[in-house]
Amino acid sequence: MVGNLVYFSTKSGNTHRFIEKTGLAAQRLPLSRQAPVPQVDQPYILVTPTYGGGQAKGAVPGQVIRFLNDEHNRHLIRGVIAAGNTNFGDAYGLAGRIIAEKCQVPLLYRFELFGTDEDVAKVREGVEEFWKRQP
Amino acid sequence: MNMMQRLSRVDAINWNRLQDDKDLEVWNRLTSNFWLPEKVPLSNDIQSWNTLTDKEKQLTIRVFTGLTLLDTIQSSVGAPVLMEDARTPHEEAVYTNIAFMESVHARSYSSIFSTLCTTRDVDDAFRWSEENPTLQAKSELILGRYRSDDPLMRKVASVFLESFLFYSGFYLPMYWSSHAKLTNTADLIRLIIRDEAVHGYYIGYKFQQDLAEATPERQQEVKDYAYELLLELYDNEVRYTESLYDEVGLTEDVKKFLHYNANKALMNLGFEPLFPSSETDVDPTIMAALSPNADENHDFFSGSGSSYVIGKAVATEDDDWAF
Repeated sequence: MVGNLVYFSTKSGNTHRFIEKTGLAAQRLPLSRQAPVPQVDQPYILVTPTYGGGQAKGAVPGQVIRFLNDEHNRHLIRGVIAAGNTNFGDAYGLAGRIIAEKCQVPLLYRFELFGTDEDVAKVREGVEEFWKRQP
Repeated sequence: MNMMQRLSRVDAINWNRLQDDKDLEVWNRLTSNFWLPEKVPLSNDIQSWNTLTDKEKQLTIRVFTGLTLLDTIQSSVGAPVLMEDARTPHEEAVYTNIAFMESVHARSYSSIFSTLCTTRDVDDAFRWSEENPTLQAKSELILGRYRSDDPLMRKVASVFLESFLFYSGFYLPMYWSSHAKLTNTADLIRLIIRDEAVHGYYIGYKFQQDLAEATPERQQEVKDYAYELLLELYDNEVRYTESLYDEVGLTEDVKKFLHYNANKALMNLGFEPLFPSSETDVDPTIMAALSPNADENHDFFSGSGSSYVIGKAVATEDDDWAF
């Protein structure tokens, strides 16, 4: 499958809106913390918002942590894309940096809120190119 | 018209029964971000302040006085009117936090003044703010919406204040910081900038919920009003910017910063950005002052091969993670 993104979006729906605009194949992680953790069966790029504030603690949404705590899921991550806001200073897109480090995958891109048309185009092309280059 | 239901009576607030868990999420974020100006060692900027020319000092004091006015409006009028429109008691409580933090912001500028400036220069600037036509015009444009009987436009005006109007002012401390001047003051302003992002995001989120319940005709009407107000504010902001920054030759770059932030304000409301990227390319040193790693190449996709960026070491809380 070309694209193959896994993403989380809160009720505000900014990341969801960004994903929809890219038109890439994507699976949304459940909003509810009680829902069973979904299992993926092929390599994917994770797209996640950052919970703003500046501290590392709490920057990655809990639902994303639960998903990555599953070793099988964690094994298949190939890259991460983070949403955020430059207003948070060096914590801009912090969730992406934390996940990149924890999972030893590249932080591919950052965008603000639901992204500009330019962000959407860059990610659409970049993701397609990225999968072509994967072994 | 199917407008939102206001809270008609006061019941004891129960934070263990949420109608919207975004309220708790934002409450936690705002309270954990709490700060006071005393935390920032502003007096370390005294030496740097003395390297500014009289014109530069006057510009800085005026810019901060303009920001003080916006914070005062948001604290005394903006947040309280939003409280009346709240959909949940928890939303109301979040606005009490916003109202107080805006008072902290307004108070912070006076801390900067008392640390760096002479009383006379500050008094002159406050007099300037009362008489400056473009500053008064923006105040009137926002207050007019706050006093209107349209709850949706109250939120639109509030998001424009939080996410757009502050930025003609925020530009200057970022500029000084990028020139290694007034760096402690810039640290304080960054705390304000961080707070305003959460405010704009949250009020915009509540706006989108309200708007979703309106008829398609009403939705279109509000959207048109919103873009109309933005353009009206923008025209005024350009005049305000010229009156302040022409003298130091920064007007054109400040305008790019305005475009960049106007787009973000629109996005907070769920609307598409207006300005193309060719008009939002703010000087990278300003962006780096705002967000120290914003300029790093995290665009792996268009990178030149060598930019296989693994995240930098960040002190993560391992108890958040099982692996």
